[in-house]
Amino acid sequence: MYDVIIIGAGVTGCAVARELSRYKVNVCVLDKEEDVCSGTSKANSAIVHAGFDAPAGSLMARFNVRGNEMMDDFARDLDIPFKRNGAMVVCIHESEKEGLKDLYDRGIANGVKGLEILDREQALEKEPNLTENVVAALYAPTSGIICPFMLNIAMAENANVNGVDFFFNTEVEKLTPATCEKCGQPIWKIRTNNGEYKAKYVINAAGVYADVFHNMVSEKKIHITPRRGDYCLLDKTAGGHVSHTIFPQPTKFGKGVLVSPTIHGNLIVGPTAIDIENREGINTTAAGINDLITKAGEHVRNLPIRQVITSFAGLRAHEDHHEFIIGEVEDAPHFIDCAGIESPGLSSSPAIGEYVAQMLKEKMGLEEKENWIGTRKGILNPADLSIEERNELIKKEPAYGRIICRCEMVTEGEIIDAIHRPLGARSLDGVKRRTRAGMGRCQAGFCSPRTMEIINRELGIPMEKITKLGGDSKIVLERTKGGA
Amino acid sequence: MTSYDIVIVGGGPAGLAAAVSAKKAGTDSILIIERDKELGGILNQCIHNGFGLHTFKEELTGPEYAYRFIEQVYDLGIEYKLDTMVMDISHDKVVTAMNRTEGMFQIQAGAVILAMGCRERPRGALNIPGYRPAGIYSAGTAQRLVNMEGYMPGREVVILGSGDIGLIMARRMTFEGATVKVVAELMPFSGGLKRNIVQCLDDYGIPLKLSHTVVDIEGKERVKAVTIAEVGPDMKPIPGTEERYTCDTLLLSTGLIPENELSRGAGVEMNPVTSGPVVNEVLETNIPGVFACGNVLHVHDLVDYVSEEATRAGENAAKYVQNGCKDEKEGSDIRLVATEGARYTVPCTVNVSRMDENLTVRFRVGAVFKDSFVSVYFDDERVQHRKKRIMAPGEMEQVILQKKKLADYPDLKTITIKIEAE
Repeated sequence: MYDVIIIGAGVTGCAVARELSRYKVNVCVLDKEEDVCSGTSKANSAIVHAGFDAPAGSLMARFNVRGNEMMDDFARDLDIPFKRNGAMVVCIHESEKEGLKDLYDRGIANGVKGLEILDREQALEKEPNLTENVVAALYAPTSGIICPFMLNIAMAENANVNGVDFFFNTEVEKLTPATCEKCGQPIWKIRTNNGEYKAKYVINAAGVYADVFHNMVSEKKIHITPRRGDYCLLDKTAGGHVSHTIFPQPTKFGKGVLVSPTIHGNLIVGPTAIDIENREGINTTAAGINDLITKAGEHVRNLPIRQVITSFAGLRAHEDHHEFIIGEVEDAPHFIDCAGIESPGLSSSPAIGEYVAQMLKEKMGLEEKENWIGTRKGILNPADLSIEERNELIKKEPAYGRIICRCEMVTEGEIIDAIHRPLGARSLDGVKRRTRAGMGRCQAGFCSPRTMEIINRELGIPMEKITKLGGDSKIVLERTKGGA
Repeated sequence: MTSYDIVIVGGGPAGLAAAVSAKKAGTDSILIIERDKELGGILNQCIHNGFGLHTFKEELTGPEYAYRFIEQVYDLGIEYKLDTMVMDISHDKVVTAMNRTEGMFQIQAGAVILAMGCRERPRGALNIPGYRPAGIYSAGTAQRLVNMEGYMPGREVVILGSGDIGLIMARRMTFEGATVKVVAELMPFSGGLKRNIVQCLDDYGIPLKLSHTVVDIEGKERVKAVTIAEVGPDMKPIPGTEERYTCDTLLLSTGLIPENELSRGAGVEMNPVTSGPVVNEVLETNIPGVFACGNVLHVHDLVDYVSEEATRAGENAAKYVQNGCKDEKEGSDIRLVATEGARYTVPCTVNVSRMDENLTVRFRVGAVFKDSFVSVYFDDERVQHRKKRIMAPGEMEQVILQKKKLADYPDLKTITIKIEAE
């Protein structure tokens, strides 16, 4: 029996896991996918929002602003690339200026620091590639860009190092309330495709499935709509087209199509906002991509859209009231929701983790561990080293002298590290999210066979069993007729 | 810092031929840097025949063709480093490279020959809608998996794009027992060689659908089906023409992109049409002593032409270093312009004082032309007018410029190549 079981190894689940790992408490995380960061957390804008967008007094506003404040320390402790590049909400019609002021006032009420309203000249001076039509802009210097994979993976690794168990390919099928025979307290029986688990507390961090689990245990139903967002990612040669994160004015469908540099130097354009039924519906559509290209062009001029290297779609867990639902479910004791975590969910995740862990600490009377390890070292990036340091490293570990991914210049040493570190990669996408091998302009055409050989060698997984992202996603199916 | 007279980046067909010719032209200090574990480049995975008809007057496989040059590299004692990645080339020709045994090191080169080849355009660059499952490969990646690693990427295949590698792979996958259901080509003509369409598709009853593209990919983990549709003259899919093919594999053969990240880093001027360097009559870029040849310069359809071009680059690089690393030329450069059907030329400029007696100018056309003329104009005067029964974007064209003829036009500013109906 676990003290706490967390359903979902996305940013929210892993943030809670990492915060709980401070305490003497037995925790595990279950996820239906083969790796952490396989759902909503892997396909989003990768922005740490300033927090001016959510209504004053909302949980979204509170956790966003707190999460944003925490991010510098958090990124430093967990060795996650993070940069406060600042955001601009661009107003292109005189009539919208009032809306900009509302946004500014909301930001002030939410406690966002450093907000400024810029006139046309100031805006263009800060960001020369804004559209000619800009009339004013809201500038938010605390907005930042982050690697969402690294944030998620780092929290999970750190939780794991501090004793949290992770079970992948484990899909929760049924939740049944029960009573602990020893203590008489409510507990949960959790049926999965991999056997039954028991826990004193369940944290529902299941993203677009959070309503399914909530509704299994509560009469007070909630409803989550998968809201699809299509994105285009542009080559690093286009990464400097803008230096700030450029938003249009928000609408009821969200923050709109943004254009932003990414922390790794690409340019990201998106998302669309299309409500769908299928909770696994991460397919892009031609209409979606065309729509976002048109919209992005309304705020940024000469967008080099031909430099696209990939397009993808993610699903936001949109709750009907567009608000986070965080807390113990009234008619389901010891079942704690972290539901409706859509944007600004990534930004809020450290704060949600902190809040939920604090709640459990009080409910369960948890004590802090003496030997908690609060920091984590990421995969070494040899490009950050001097030639001399690099040669020292290669002398010790020759694998750091062999480039596997020519586009992102990822070495074999980094890939081996990604495979063998806590909760290491087992698939091509697992390697990609940890090292960026395969994320560049050739989109893994060059490195796939080479990365497969390394996975095969390091983990002993036969080539025919190596997958792109777990499940049935095999890369090769069988030997050729003449194959040895 | 170590130094070499000539550093050649890439040990594929271009790099090998350049090394051999530079050595034969009398330069001894040559280093080839190859990122793979053997010399030969992409030819190593091209196990089909049809290579070398022009160069050796016989039909060889890719590895056999490569070995003809590798053998010469061995015999001539040309140095090479394998498993070594060039990380950077500086404007003043310092080459930074890295491997497992030597770590990161720098070499001062007298001349650099860019011979990095090209890469395939990936799915992402095409914005094909749908899911992103396993089972989508560029044709060359699939070729490597089948021919070098010995694994089958799939059993039921749809191919988008009719570039040569895609055509070759349609046949190869068929040989290995897979079913190739259809080859869809966005353009109203194939980007591949006619002989490959006949020998790789027609002979096996594989349909080629021109003016078609992929409009959806199904399957979250592995490809389950692909939908193709006809496109109109605007290249947009025509609603109602969709056809769904169940399959587990989608191969892409949708274009090759010269791999010029290193060239750009060095400050080499690029031609936006070819995505390769702008070169003069000796295949030298805007940086004196930096030469380019093969698919890094412009995508070729026959390796024989790569070898021929690289041989000239090697000779010219040798000449450059033997001349004390100085360019020697007189008079001004004549601009070469491709227009009206011709898309580009290689080279882009000609200086008569140092051109060969006959200079081959290669170019491609932008569409299919039947019974049309290749015309060459010296300024406003038409000096060549040659009828061709058929010209297609998939086949490289050429014109020959004669030095002695150019000598009659001392004030010539521009040579124009165009395709004319009559």
